[in-house]
Amino acid sequence: MKLEKITRRRFLTGISFGLAAASAALVSVPVIGSILVPLFRRLPEVWRSVGHVDSFEVGKTVPVVFQNADPLPWAGVSAKNAAWLRRVSETEFVAFAINCMHLGCPVTWLPDAELFMCPCHGGVYTKDGEVAAGPPPKALARHQVRVRNGEVEVLTMPIPIA
Amino acid sequence: MFLRIFKTTWAWLDARLGISALVVPMITHRVPPDARWWYVFGSATLAAFLLQVVTGVMLSFSYVPSSGDAYAALQYLSHDAPFGRLLRGLHYFGASAMVLMVGIHALQVFLFGAYKFPRELNWITGVLLLGLTLGMGFTGQILRWDQTAVWSVVVGAEQAGRAPLAGEWIARLILGGGNIGGMTLSRFFVLHVFVLPALIMGLVGAHLRLVLRNGISEPPKPGAPVDPTTYRQDYAALLEKTGRPFWPDAAWRDVVFAAGMIVVVVLCAFLLGPPELGKPPDPSLIHADPRPDWYLLWYFAVLALLPPATENVFIVFAPLAAGVALLVIPLLFPRGERHFSRRPWAVAAVLTLLVMFGALWRAGLDSDWSPDFTAQPIPQKVVASTDPLVQHGAQLFFSKACIHCHAIEGNGGRRGPNLTDVSDRLTQEQITIRILNGATNMPAFGDILKPDEMKALSVFLESRREPGRKSN
Repeated sequence: MKLEKITRRRFLTGISFGLAAASAALVSVPVIGSILVPLFRRLPEVWRSVGHVDSFEVGKTVPVVFQNADPLPWAGVSAKNAAWLRRVSETEFVAFAINCMHLGCPVTWLPDAELFMCPCHGGVYTKDGEVAAGPPPKALARHQVRVRNGEVEVLTMPIPIA
Repeated sequence: MFLRIFKTTWAWLDARLGISALVVPMITHRVPPDARWWYVFGSATLAAFLLQVVTGVMLSFSYVPSSGDAYAALQYLSHDAPFGRLLRGLHYFGASAMVLMVGIHALQVFLFGAYKFPRELNWITGVLLLGLTLGMGFTGQILRWDQTAVWSVVVGAEQAGRAPLAGEWIARLILGGGNIGGMTLSRFFVLHVFVLPALIMGLVGAHLRLVLRNGISEPPKPGAPVDPTTYRQDYAALLEKTGRPFWPDAAWRDVVFAAGMIVVVVLCAFLLGPPELGKPPDPSLIHADPRPDWYLLWYFAVLALLPPATENVFIVFAPLAAGVALLVIPLLFPRGERHFSRRPWAVAAVLTLLVMFGALWRAGLDSDWSPDFTAQPIPQKVVASTDPLVQHGAQLFFSKACIHCHAIEGNGGRRGPNLTDVSDRLTQEQITIRILNGATNMPAFGDILKPDEMKALSVFLESRREPGRKSN
């Protein structure tokens, strides 16, 4: 009799813990999934037009502004991005990501000195984006650039993580 | 009449709710009599937290946690909403007060050896609360969704990105994707408004429960080491002999101090106002100068002053190691002397920390490492020469970006050495070699300067000398 009572108790305890764990596990799939969403979503890349070819002067390095690959409807100005675009020759363009490879701050192009300089901790890059001085561990990342139908197009990319 | 109605109503409610039965023993528990003013900082932290909850709820009436709209809502809050500016100010200075109080509280508890047996878990929950408070500070600064907030997120993500293996994943989780965008602010909003406050509330509950269970530590006396086998009996005997009820004998000091703190917060909010909003949260606006609020300024300095070679290890493991070190203090030293006069190493550690934070904070205020992009050309009065070569050199000093990092008589940045009297230290030849080859923190200008430009620049710099010293 006594033995049966304990068995029944143990059974009910087991059932309660088991059910609680099962329901928690069930709910945790969407919960954890929604937290980790940024990891699962493929980082898309899109060609964005940044202006007519003729609007860029050979030898000049200028900031160009474009939308990120997949702006959410409520992202507003936060979905904008920029790159430093240089028309190297009649047909050749290069585009550097604005993010310093030290900690991601936006670098500034100094045309007379032909240097990119970071306002945060003083990282400096040459005109080819190579590290010239300061803390950055790597050269500036580059966007792919192409010319289509007379439009210069920049391929979007995620913020480069050093 | 009213008093009588109030009293009978309260008696009716209390008989059913049992509030007195629950609360009275709690607030009248006996405490050591000589704790006095040293013990007010914990309750002041709690008071600051409550202020943050109330003002935070009020702010969210007008706040829009959307990456695209938050800036407009903040503008409205700051400039048009009735009491909006004051509320933002209260929340900002309330946060400052909370960080300050939790820091002082931790230092006081450490110096008094109050983390020792049986209060190890009081300390450990407290360390977690300290970390969460700083987390609230960082996420809260992000909710002030302007240009600085955007770049703070990027910097945070880049730091996390240095972590081995999972770095890039953590960075993407912080950004809410590959770039700043619609997901970014919503996620920080959830952290700041739901997740972290819930954790804080839970831990504050645990912390207070532990304070009640283990009692407020008696102020330490030299030569009275903690012995876990006898401590509880000794403490009980002490309370039996000299203990006073917490309410009101000790609590009045907590109330007076917390009230004073809140008055100061209100005055600051009213007189100084909240931090001004920066430029819009548009990552394509390239000219940015992000820096954190004062309570993280010291870390900004750490990131700038680290030798690059140690960076990867330091950025990830130093905060981790600091957290672990704080957490294990009571596990390593649960017994022994509590009074600081018998704990020279503890005192030395506190002094070292204070000097370190102070120095880093000071360095962060100056932030000499940030190039000065606002620098203007060297004025003629400073150039002080009609020599066309010197004139040309002075102009190059500006246009070739030397001035962003080097100052001459106060004109220019402080990233590199001050060049006001550089020719007292270097010959023209040495100056030329340095400019052509660069250094760790200075780019080589060999490919950038033409020979005649190099000449003009070196002549200009060679003319920079202590007033009175003749040219050689």
